[in-house]
Amino acid sequence: MKEIKYNQLDEVIFSEQYSNGLEVFILPKKGFHKTFATFTTKYGSVDNHFFPVGKDSPIIVPDGIAHFLEHKILESKKNGIFQRFAKQGASANAFTSFTRTAYTLSATSNISKNITMLLDFVQEPYFTDDLVEKEKGIIEQEIKMYDDNPDWRARFGLLENLYKNHPAKIDIAGTVNSINQITKEDLYTCYDTFYHPNNMLLFIVGSVNPEAVIKLIRNNQKRKKFREPKEIIRISSNEDAKVNRSSSVMKFPIQIPKVFIGYKELNPMRQGKGLLKYEMILNVLLELMFGKGSQAYEKMYDKGHVDETFTFDYTNEKGFGFSVIGGDSRNPEEVIKIVNETIDNFKEKAIKKEDVQRVLKKKIGSFLSAINSPQFIANQFTRYRFNEMDLFDVLPTLENLTEKDIEKVLHLHFCDESKTTLVLKKN
Amino acid sequence: MHISSSEQNGLHLHLCNIDKFKTTSIMLMIKAPLQEDIITARALIPYVLNGGTTNYPNRKQIRKKLDEMYGATLYSDVHKKGEYHIITFEMEISAEQYLSTPICLLESSLHLLHDIVYNPKIENGVFDSSIVEQEKRSLKQRIISMYDDKMRYASLRLIEEMFKNEPYHIPAYGREEEVDSLNALTVYQVYEKLLQNARFDLFIVGEVNENEIKSMVQNIFSEQHNYSDIQCNFTDEQNIDEVKIVQDKLDVEQGKLFMGYRTFSTIQDENYEATRVANAIFGRFPSSKLFINLREKESLAYFTLSQLESNKGLLITMTGIDFNNYKYAVQIIREQEYALKNGDFTEADVDQAKSMLISQLLEACDTPLGIIDISIQAVDRGFSDNVNDQIRRIQMVSKDDVIHSANKWDLDTIYFLNRNERREEGE
Repeated sequence: MKEIKYNQLDEVIFSEQYSNGLEVFILPKKGFHKTFATFTTKYGSVDNHFFPVGKDSPIIVPDGIAHFLEHKILESKKNGIFQRFAKQGASANAFTSFTRTAYTLSATSNISKNITMLLDFVQEPYFTDDLVEKEKGIIEQEIKMYDDNPDWRARFGLLENLYKNHPAKIDIAGTVNSINQITKEDLYTCYDTFYHPNNMLLFIVGSVNPEAVIKLIRNNQKRKKFREPKEIIRISSNEDAKVNRSSSVMKFPIQIPKVFIGYKELNPMRQGKGLLKYEMILNVLLELMFGKGSQAYEKMYDKGHVDETFTFDYTNEKGFGFSVIGGDSRNPEEVIKIVNETIDNFKEKAIKKEDVQRVLKKKIGSFLSAINSPQFIANQFTRYRFNEMDLFDVLPTLENLTEKDIEKVLHLHFCDESKTTLVLKKN
Repeated sequence: MHISSSEQNGLHLHLCNIDKFKTTSIMLMIKAPLQEDIITARALIPYVLNGGTTNYPNRKQIRKKLDEMYGATLYSDVHKKGEYHIITFEMEISAEQYLSTPICLLESSLHLLHDIVYNPKIENGVFDSSIVEQEKRSLKQRIISMYDDKMRYASLRLIEEMFKNEPYHIPAYGREEEVDSLNALTVYQVYEKLLQNARFDLFIVGEVNENEIKSMVQNIFSEQHNYSDIQCNFTDEQNIDEVKIVQDKLDVEQGKLFMGYRTFSTIQDENYEATRVANAIFGRFPSSKLFINLREKESLAYFTLSQLESNKGLLITMTGIDFNNYKYAVQIIREQEYALKNGDFTEADVDQAKSMLISQLLEACDTPLGIIDISIQAVDRGFSDNVNDQIRRIQMVSKDDVIHSANKWDLDTIYFLNRNERREEGE
């Protein structure tokens, strides 16, 4: 058992890697009632082209299969997983992202039993043709629910503008057509390839005894048979820095139009400390240029071009990355103009130290607030680990950023050839 | 966890001294009876107040001040609760021990909050008219965009139809068509009345020294608050002769089915916990009847749940379904209602529902907002109680209590958001 102390935050993390490759991390929290756990595989919607385990040629699987698999694993036993956890006063859930599928547990009692159940239901799947067919109706309704959601549609509209080939442009749940092609055999192929313990991470946060939990998991894993771990070979798509489309308009039945400006990451292969620093800087930059305390936001708000839905974010996973700026607006063209001008102005003038200090303070505060949440810690720690970073390096990294670092990234990321705009409006 | 409540100058102060968070949370809740004629004007107030104070004359200045305070956050919101209209201001600040340059942020945030609520930017004795005009525009946009979210749309329409003859039918943000008629003077008059007549509750959760905070609050919030508790506890005497059926048609991909029940039971009732347990069996969790039957057995829906409004005696079931399944879905939901009323469930179901509710309550104690919510419920209830009392009351609920409570439920309105006839007819 390894032990890492984070003195500034007054937290300790215990960890262990078992012989089958599974890594477990435990963050004991005093005074908390809830124990929260995530059992995550490094497998998401973008992993659609790969060598199945034991095969010597790659396959392309139907869109939405990682998400479909998540649904089936949650319902693979005769008695629903939700009911089985509820009998112990606990609840389970799951989500699929571009690069991860996570199964979550939330419990205030029967912790050992619940952790065992989490491991077992994920590691002992059971699919039948009938159950696979039955799930299609449910997922179809999930897809339709998102079809009615303008922000979700806008996000994937923007990603389609950005990417020519990369599967990040494909909706995580797939389409009604694509999910109807999925078979039991497809699900087992993906499961066998990506759900090996060597490709998974278990994170537990709550009032637990780390030694006892680590032993509990060891015994649980020893009882199960797994093949030897093999390196997973994913086939990456051909994607350069140029956007697929530099602008588009989407029709959608809404009264208030939406506008989004996106930038595609030119070098999306960063990992580890390099990625951590890079993404921190981008978040700082976006806040400097477009945060609620910025000149651009004030100008757009005062003129009535934007309201408080105006926001921005940056996503970067191995192989793809993008920033998005925008929100509801009655004057999309004005917003696009001011966003462009703001970026140009920042490129021309030196960034003020006092502004950087203000934004860094803000980022430090929001990180402290975020780590109040066990869910945030478990999910983000896993994401950071899968990208060879440490979540608890965020504070020291922020504290050491300089204006020089920030200016460098400003010129790297915000390029015209990697920019796109999307307007969503009524017919 | 202990919450100590006291009165400072007529303001109700609720303190929870707790050391497990990395932040301190503050919430000011201003509560006044719903009044149909001023609902829109009142909804504008928090946004005008956030638009500028005598010390920080515009939004940007306030936002910059917050950023400087290590990204202190400040959110305001307007909502309805039973027969009350509620304005909240919510702040979160970093706990000083985690900052590399420790500063005490609590006093300065209370000053800022006070400044925002009591010292707005004034022009000719009333609110600054340019701020009012700006915020009118934003409010209008906020109201319109609420209807762009089709789930929200269905919920708002259900309430509008169900409570046609009560002020409760109006959205908390007010009516779009009334916004234009507001001006700096009229809104200011509503604001002055609010200061005089509303009940003020201030919640603080974090590692604090109780005595220090009390005198701090007494000094900063030095105004006398003259709230006299006008009981507007509502007794639902509506007789339901026939279930109202309402259908709208819009461009949607999925039908939204919302059903409103009157439960004739509110949080002020001694046996309210029985209603909670009944709802937990009915639809609150993924282990409840609605989820098992509508989703797992019939594959009709992806999301389906029921929610209580504890101060209004309202229960809403919600789901998204294929347009053709409307009648079947209504039938299944009603079958679950009848099963509950006829006692067609087991003692084990009751135990499971109770342990889920208890677990949820304990989990709430792990977040600052959860603790504030528990304190608000004590205020709503009219007597102070702690989490252990609540758990005890849940534990005491019997199967008969659940049957008794469910038998009071009366289905009032079935609302269905259907699609426009652009393809073949659904029914």
